[in-house]
Amino acid sequence: MSESVAAEHDYIGLSEFPTMETTPIMSDTTKTKTRDNNNNTNNNDDVLNFKATELRLGLPGSESPERVDQRFLSLKSSCPVSGAKRVFSDAINGSTKWVFSPGSATDVKDIKPAVPVKEKKSSTAAAPASKAQVVGWPPIRSFRKNTMASSQSQKQGGDNNNNSETEGEAKSGPEHCLYVKVSMEGAPYLRKIDLKTYKSYVELSSALEQMFSCFTIGQFGSHGGCGRDGLNESRLTDLLRGSEYVVTYEDKDSDWMLVGDVPWEMFICSCKKLRIMKSSEAIGLAPRVMEKCRSRN
Amino acid sequence: MDRRFPFKVLEHIFSFLDVNEDRNSVSMVCKSWFETERRTRKRVFVGNCYAVSPLKVARRFPKMRSLTLKGKPHFADYNLVPDGWGGYAWPWIEAMAARRPLLEEIRLKRMVVTDECLEKIAASFRDFKSLVLTSCEGFSTDGIAAVASTCRKLRDLELRECIVDDLGGDWLTYFPETSTSLASLDFSCLDSEVKLSDLERLLSRSPNLKSLKLNRSVTLDVLASLLRRAPQLVELGTGSFSDELDPEEISKLTKALSELKQLKSLSGLWDLLPEYIPVLYSVCPRLTSLNLSYATVQMPDLIDLLSRCSKLQKLWVMDLIEDKGLKTVALCCKELRELRVFPSGADLDETDVTLTEQGLVSVSEGCQKLESVLYFCVQFTNAALVSIAKNRPNFRCFRLCVMEPFAPDYRTQQPLDEGFKAIVERCKDLRRLSVSGLLTDKAFEYIGVHAKKLRMLSIAFAGDSDLMLHHLLSGCERLKKLEIRDCPFGDTALLENAAKLETMRSLWMSSCFVSFGACKQLSQKMPRLNVEVIDEHPPKTRPDSSPVERIYIYRTVAGPRQDTPEFVWTIHKNPEVGVSRLSIR
Repeated sequence: MSESVAAEHDYIGLSEFPTMETTPIMSDTTKTKTRDNNNNTNNNDDVLNFKATELRLGLPGSESPERVDQRFLSLKSSCPVSGAKRVFSDAINGSTKWVFSPGSATDVKDIKPAVPVKEKKSSTAAAPASKAQVVGWPPIRSFRKNTMASSQSQKQGGDNNNNSETEGEAKSGPEHCLYVKVSMEGAPYLRKIDLKTYKSYVELSSALEQMFSCFTIGQFGSHGGCGRDGLNESRLTDLLRGSEYVVTYEDKDSDWMLVGDVPWEMFICSCKKLRIMKSSEAIGLAPRVMEKCRSRN
Repeated sequence: MDRRFPFKVLEHIFSFLDVNEDRNSVSMVCKSWFETERRTRKRVFVGNCYAVSPLKVARRFPKMRSLTLKGKPHFADYNLVPDGWGGYAWPWIEAMAARRPLLEEIRLKRMVVTDECLEKIAASFRDFKSLVLTSCEGFSTDGIAAVASTCRKLRDLELRECIVDDLGGDWLTYFPETSTSLASLDFSCLDSEVKLSDLERLLSRSPNLKSLKLNRSVTLDVLASLLRRAPQLVELGTGSFSDELDPEEISKLTKALSELKQLKSLSGLWDLLPEYIPVLYSVCPRLTSLNLSYATVQMPDLIDLLSRCSKLQKLWVMDLIEDKGLKTVALCCKELRELRVFPSGADLDETDVTLTEQGLVSVSEGCQKLESVLYFCVQFTNAALVSIAKNRPNFRCFRLCVMEPFAPDYRTQQPLDEGFKAIVERCKDLRRLSVSGLLTDKAFEYIGVHAKKLRMLSIAFAGDSDLMLHHLLSGCERLKKLEIRDCPFGDTALLENAAKLETMRSLWMSSCFVSFGACKQLSQKMPRLNVEVIDEHPPKTRPDSSPVERIYIYRTVAGPRQDTPEFVWTIHKNPEVGVSRLSIR
């Protein structure tokens, strides 16, 4: 570990500092990584750094890339001021990315850099633009981040004002994330998830299951009616499994609906909040769901 | 002759002790002093809710009237602690409700508070006066309503940056028409609108209201009407400051503000528009505290405001103030004690926000009484840090956040070691320090050698090796809280300095190279510490060599906690690990 770190640090002359023999545990894994990074950084800087520096919270051996020594991030940089600032302003604009969104271990979209890959390829000498988003950095409280983010969107988009000012937690829009609160009956805390990271009800369901795994959650509600094709199968399994909990959501009209009845795209546009409740409590929702479906159909 | 002081005399002497540190010292002198002290302590502070059991605390202090608790580690503020980790208020509330029904004040920070907790508070403490929740979560406005409606003597209700399930503004209507005791109300973190008429009526019947902090949904056009009903305010947090007002409304607002003769503290000011700055002129000369950190107003408009605030002691502002603005502060705000400069993330393609290290240097030169700083800046220099240290050896709290990780001195490309050395050498009273930028082990050697009064240290992306941690743990004698993220050291220093950990409140390390094996060893070696390994997705089997994502170590006399979620590992949950060497409590 020490040798590879020292080698990487030649540019700031740290190799003269004697480093203690750190535990050899990381040496094998990081050595491999450093070799890879070494080769790649000499060639295709921007593209590689995007991938290699994408920070995840997964353990070695899991699908997510291994944790890379942070210093590789700024290896090539001479820290130009503007570049660093730009990264940070990206960070603010995509500020919701700072929130740790727990999903499945294999969900590779957990912590996404705000700058998409295309932008990175085009950025040249401003090496810090290739920096990944780091959870909890800079250290600013969520309340402040959310407040600033909604101020920003207020200034930028005068039209798209529906959610951005009122609910600091849930913001919509094509570029931004869509954070909604998830509460569960009996659980002592709320959680937040980003609906944009899921592509379907199935993904959402498994994420919720993991999140609240200490409680038993079945799939979405076991009421038939206006289901789409993809959902019927899971509905059947629900009925068979006899799930105890259902997932409901509050839509734009402030009605509480069962999750799963409308097409996914429509769902994420209208969902403001999620709540996992006992099936027995959710029975009252069914008639309204049917009504709404009928009026839509 | 009986050499001991009679209980009554001791009791009288101890009644002059306000500071809990003194009381802690006093209680360790001998058994009778311990007994006397505990019977007289009214304000109890527990810095880590898991360090001691609620029952023990309830029993020890029969005269307890105020309880302050802190739950999650500080880095939870930055989303480094996964949801569900812990910090539940319930066991404490339950214990106090059963044993200390005369409790009047509860102050919680970073804890999970549910509606059940709030309802229990409302139902159990008949003289309840003060509820202050900072960075808490887990409750809804229903819980607030319960407190408002039931606590007849409620004096303070403050929700500071909490995450609240906001079910609407109805909670405000739950203050009974007969309640007139309110002195402080802070609902600035709530989203939804409260009804103006409810708020007006509440203000009208609360002659003791000294502190009012509105939320953003309270629009500017109603502010004047509210202020007219509370001219005695000492602290005001406005709502939104960006709505359009016609000239008549502006003049009414100006007048209403000028009537606040006792106003010392101003905050809120969300999205403050430059054209409304003159409205604030009348209150500026009296202000001792000004929070502009949500006011997106830029230079040079800020100068108009700040140059009038000659009595200012506390200033929170965004980097929109730029070096120029800070120069003005250095010239005009000679009483300044605390400065915080937050990053605005201003759209830098359009405007050029120049906040550099020079800003802080100016303020350190001009403001003789400055002792607390939180400064976010893109980059820094050693020279600036040395100047700052020379100018202001009276710093007690110095938190510099160079936002670029590993950023060296941008002029010399050297690490910022020498700069921070100057800070810890000169500022002998330094209690709290946050370091950033490129730092080698040397920086931590300096800190270990010089920062003898340091209580809390925060480190990110720094150091080279285990030496760094070793310097700190062996050098900083008064260290109470150490939090570290993304630093390249691991097991050796931790295990070598294990004994030190019992003298500290807590140690947090995340994204460092601490192995699971070391965590197990530490747990076995130090039974009076709770060693928690927090991995969001723990694997089924975990070899000793595998690194852990986060480790949180704290001393405790309460033993292992029973409410850990599945992603928190402690040795007590896995007794098959070295059970033979584990001492039984």
